[in-house]
Amino acid sequence: MENRGIDFGYGFLSQESSFDVQFSLIEYDGSHSYFRAYLVGLLNTILVSVIGIILATIIGVIVGIARLSSNYLIKNTAAFYVEFFRNIPLLLQIFFWYFAALRALPLPQDTESIMGVFYLTIKGLFIPAFIWENFNIFLYSIIAAVVSIVVIKNYAKRKRENEGKQIPVFLISIGLLFILPLLSFLIGGVSLSFEIPVLKKLAKTSYIYEGGVGIPPELIALTLALSLYTATFIAECVRAGIQGVGKGQKEAAASIGLNPNQILKLVVMPQALRIIIPPTTNQYLNLTKNSSLAAAIAYPDLVLVFAGTALMQTGKAIEIVSITMLTYLSLSLSISVLMNWYNKKIAIKEK
Amino acid sequence: MNNINFLKPDKSNLNLFLILGLSLVFISIFDVFLSSFFKINATGFLPTSISFLLPLIIGFIGLHFIRIEYSGIRRLDEINKNFNNNNFNAVLSLLIIFIIIKSIPPVLSWTVIDANISGNSKEACTGDGACWTYIKVWLRRFIYGLYPNEEQWRINLSFISLLALGSVGYFATEKFKKYLTLYYVVIYPIIAFLFIFFFISGGPVFFDFSYGIIASVVAIIIGFFVPNKFKLYYFCFVPLAVYLSLNLFILPEEYVELGKLEGLNWVETGAWGGLALTFIVSFFCLIFCFPVGMALALGRRSELPFIKYTSVVFIEFWRGVPLITVLFMSSVMFPMFLPEDFFLDKLVRVIIAISLFEAAYVAEVIRGGLQALPRGQYDAAKSLGMGYWKMHIFVILPQALKLVIPGIANTFLALVKDTPLILVVGLLEIAGMLQMAKTNPKWLGYSMEGYVFAAVVFWIICYAMSKYSYNLEEKYKTER
Repeated sequence: MENRGIDFGYGFLSQESSFDVQFSLIEYDGSHSYFRAYLVGLLNTILVSVIGIILATIIGVIVGIARLSSNYLIKNTAAFYVEFFRNIPLLLQIFFWYFAALRALPLPQDTESIMGVFYLTIKGLFIPAFIWENFNIFLYSIIAAVVSIVVIKNYAKRKRENEGKQIPVFLISIGLLFILPLLSFLIGGVSLSFEIPVLKKLAKTSYIYEGGVGIPPELIALTLALSLYTATFIAECVRAGIQGVGKGQKEAAASIGLNPNQILKLVVMPQALRIIIPPTTNQYLNLTKNSSLAAAIAYPDLVLVFAGTALMQTGKAIEIVSITMLTYLSLSLSISVLMNWYNKKIAIKEK
Repeated sequence: MNNINFLKPDKSNLNLFLILGLSLVFISIFDVFLSSFFKINATGFLPTSISFLLPLIIGFIGLHFIRIEYSGIRRLDEINKNFNNNNFNAVLSLLIIFIIIKSIPPVLSWTVIDANISGNSKEACTGDGACWTYIKVWLRRFIYGLYPNEEQWRINLSFISLLALGSVGYFATEKFKKYLTLYYVVIYPIIAFLFIFFFISGGPVFFDFSYGIIASVVAIIIGFFVPNKFKLYYFCFVPLAVYLSLNLFILPEEYVELGKLEGLNWVETGAWGGLALTFIVSFFCLIFCFPVGMALALGRRSELPFIKYTSVVFIEFWRGVPLITVLFMSSVMFPMFLPEDFFLDKLVRVIIAISLFEAAYVAEVIRGGLQALPRGQYDAAKSLGMGYWKMHIFVILPQALKLVIPGIANTFLALVKDTPLILVVGLLEIAGMLQMAKTNPKWLGYSMEGYVFAAVVFWIICYAMSKYSYNLEEKYKTER
């Protein structure tokens, strides 16, 4: 490497980056360091992965259960969805949403609002911003609600095991989740107002919405494609899991007088989850890794900001590519550690 | 006909409920049909939201009326069982039927009725629908990339002959069946490689490698005739010797244009592209990743700590990083570690990168199969006096691979679906060609047609692969 005139070192991380990023969760501009640019990319990657994982899980579970429905139409629609989205490369799907579907949206000045506050335009989705006062009190109230729910759940479990009494934990939890934040509004002095986006003229024919939160079309396209694609795999995992629970289990549960909802909740799901969790972990990992395809549509994620722009500017190929790979490696490892912990928690406890 | 209970339809008034219910369902579907196909809003006199929801409500009531258990009419019972067994399912069935009816006219008009396919330029596209002219004009580019038009017969000829050679297995007689594995694993890839090397490229693509490849091929072929006793020593030394002698004495530097056939122009790999490149990359990655993955899987279960932990680290590393960074590494970082005069084509680097990446996934799948085999199989093989290799080749691997056919098929599907990614390092296979065609100033604004075309092509390939793997699984299924 010496004879190529390449010097190796990580000193560049503290230098001024002098490039801008379109979309950033933390304050950032050209005067910040390369390390800050790395953080911007990392946060954007985490953002898209988290939204994608949540959406994909919701769609995947619904479709997976729908595939086992007794309704012929629902079953086949779900099967069609799975076969269709699974067999098209993810990159093409991202391109389709970004370059074809979202480009067909109207310009900001021609957009009609959805319910008066949302604007879906070619420049992205504009939604009202929340303006909080005393936000930390609200946060504390939610934390208090969660803590008390956990306490009640443990108490209910002890009660059930010792005395055989059922406590409606679910209803109490929902009540707590509503009442405590509500109290924080009424007594705690928390107030919430909305900032609704307004149309603003930038130049003669160029308009943009100001105020509110602007979600860039890259993020929308990426989350849509990622969650629709990964949901097909999660759906298959869910289906396999539910089918993997023996028929005898359901019949036995029905014979001791549980109703269908109780059967699903108390008998089928706990057993099915053991089959579902390990392959679903794999899918979460895949989604996180696939979020790097963002670079193809210029969503400023880790690969685009750091392994793209920063690499071009500094030429530190070895350092930057190795940092990027290590980052993804640690992201993957942390997800799998988390899911392994969950898996261990729900596994059969043999004595 | 007395005391009709409309809330709970029963068998005693079967005909009344049947007529009432079916006509209501028919009215609701007909209303949606009218509004979507002929743009007639039959309920336009009502307020908008009511007129919008009316078909659903009417259809729901109709379905409620015909939900009669054990009616005695076989077809009605089937409908009730499959579409209409409770209120929730009834609403969902209706919604799905309505969505299908609503989506037929726009899809049909876009793809067929308002679409254009005649002509050779953008002016031919006058309708509101798809412009298939764009696909027609660009088809050669989408299939062959930037490969020169007059040379494209070389790709066609290579692929047709490779297909023909690949289908040999179907016509093999019993006598040759036992050689088929050898053929598909060793000989066929080499033939394919030679085709691509000499014929599609027609030039010095891989020439730093060619000595090594020729040496190993010659050595392996001779190796089959070497007695078992000396095989190990033979394979340790002879390929290296052949390589060195080729390199130093027999074929000196001037002969470096080894890859050239007389009369064929050299087409650089940068000009390859389109569907042809997708096939080339997938084909070689499939071939390379399988043996590497198998070796890694065996390595991970090895009892020698060094081999075991090397395999573990290797597998976990490749599984933990996204393919895009691997490709970046192969194109930006890897060349820095090579000696200065060493030339390795970008396509080759990409193929190596993807193969190693997928090999890690194949390894995990095969490990699953190895773990699923009962210990008795190992013990039985050992008790027959088989060594490590004999045991694995004749007893363990055939059973383990049979078990993991679906997993391997999934990995291969993932590989084929990953190939479009190579556009980030500048190799333009079909998705890359689409991105290029899209920005052509003469053909702006037809990205949708391009994506639909590519999606259909990939869908057909992947769907065929998954069905084939399913057949394979059925074929090799053994009762346990």
